[in-house]
Amino acid sequence: MHPAISVIFFTVTSGAGFGLIAMIGVGAPMSQGPLAAFLISLLAGGLAVAGLISSTFHLGHPERAWRAFSQWRSSWLSREGVLAVATLFLFGVYVLFWLFAGNRPLWLGVLIAFLAIVTVVATAMIYTQLRTVPHWNSILTPLVYVGFAIACGYVAAAALNPETNSSDRATIAGMACLVLIVAWALKMSWWHRAGRTSLAAVGSTPETATGLGAIGRVRLLESPHSGENYLTREMVHVIGRKHAAKLRAIALTTGFAAPLLISLAVAISGGPLAWLGVAFVCLIAGLFVERWLFFAEARHAVSLYYGR
Amino acid sequence: MTSLPTAIERSLGLVIDLDTCVGCHACVVNCKEWNTGGYGAPLGDLDPYGDEPVGSWLNRIHTFEVTPEDAPASIVHFPKSCLHCSDAPCVTVCPTGASYKRSEDGIVLVDESMCIGCGLCAWACPYGAREMDPVENVMKKCTLCVDRIYNDNLPEEDRTPACVRTCPAGARHFGDFSDPESNVSKLVEDRGGFDLMPEMGTAPVNKYLPPRPKQATESCGASEAKPDETANATGFLGWLDRALERLG
Repeated sequence: MHPAISVIFFTVTSGAGFGLIAMIGVGAPMSQGPLAAFLISLLAGGLAVAGLISSTFHLGHPERAWRAFSQWRSSWLSREGVLAVATLFLFGVYVLFWLFAGNRPLWLGVLIAFLAIVTVVATAMIYTQLRTVPHWNSILTPLVYVGFAIACGYVAAAALNPETNSSDRATIAGMACLVLIVAWALKMSWWHRAGRTSLAAVGSTPETATGLGAIGRVRLLESPHSGENYLTREMVHVIGRKHAAKLRAIALTTGFAAPLLISLAVAISGGPLAWLGVAFVCLIAGLFVERWLFFAEARHAVSLYYGR
Repeated sequence: MTSLPTAIERSLGLVIDLDTCVGCHACVVNCKEWNTGGYGAPLGDLDPYGDEPVGSWLNRIHTFEVTPEDAPASIVHFPKSCLHCSDAPCVTVCPTGASYKRSEDGIVLVDESMCIGCGLCAWACPYGAREMDPVENVMKKCTLCVDRIYNDNLPEEDRTPACVRTCPAGARHFGDFSDPESNVSKLVEDRGGFDLMPEMGTAPVNKYLPPRPKQATESCGASEAKPDETANATGFLGWLDRALERLG
């Protein structure tokens, strides 16, 4: 599949934003005062909104994007839009309480956290629902998306935590290690499954695509046109997966090893939690590479008609 | 509404005969010609006379080589357009309601004025039946020539899809699959019509007819190199053969 930069940015950034919103909602300790409340809310909401705006950049007609809120009964893409807007609206109300009343109502926060996670599930379901792409068509896909959203949210919330007691700081950083390990363990099992899940493994071959398997082996002799077309550029995209193994190592080093070591150092030393801000940036950078591979390595059933 | 209709009154579609298709691309050209001036926006092209032309087409012909275990390979020309699936995944994924399947005749259409060009329907289709128009940035797909088949302004013989009307080999047939007595239903029954990628669960309406079995040939070794019959030639011709060989 073609790895569109706008969609990679959308899934990573809005996932991180909704993860942080969920952490704020369940009451992660934050600095006191309206200015801190404003800046923290701006970061969380900004990440989510920036992702959503980015997702409209790959549309042929972004000016009609509002129409995407209408089909929530049948379409996961529509559900994602509705859930994202509902979550952000309630988060806006929550932030008003936080700014002007100085308190964070837990009942509203828990509801927002629930909606934020469901939004991330809906994002993942846009891809999970596609039987045409066996790599994505698995319960592991939403688990990975939620795992990374919570990991991003937890690491960011920990970096913003004003805790002064060094043993408590060590516990918080230790939890960050755990969350990172769980998220990447999910991704490892996703990669393990993807390695075994080819189109042939789910029963789709050039023989079933053409229905000519009863006669013999099928091989493409001539493409419909000598040049590329929308289908080959969008769904038979092979350049992106050329360096898959190297990119996977880069994703693991940047997105897993680096933030894990930083969190571990803080957990052992009980040093300032602000270091986890660096871990957060590393994690996001690694996830951009991970998400590139999510698209670039995925094979679409239509490739069977193009012999690639 | 992008939910699928609960009941279909008629199920219109195509039967494509892989035995008779000669791969001439006439259906491709006539489809492009009709649909660039018919329903919806024109079928756009970029750089049409340049080095890397690219454009939207609703019908494309692939050519496959099929190799049986015990016979020489044969060539099968393979036209492919929207199969107007009964359980169309392209319809239910649409976030705007632009994609829909009609309850009156089962045709899958795109309302281009509502399409946001997200491309998810094309991802959901295993057959590559949907293509984004590079000029209008909306999703294009086969309409089963909905603007021909009900068009009273056309002579009756022209009220079939453009690809069917133009096929010089009679490899494409249009009809109602919900009627067991229709031409298409009978063709499917007589010739063993099949679905493409049934494992995808799309329940396509369009059916394909397999190539008829080839007659077994006496020898499969026609292309094998013959032994050099001149090697043992004797007498004058043998001498001449060797002398000419030496001339290089």
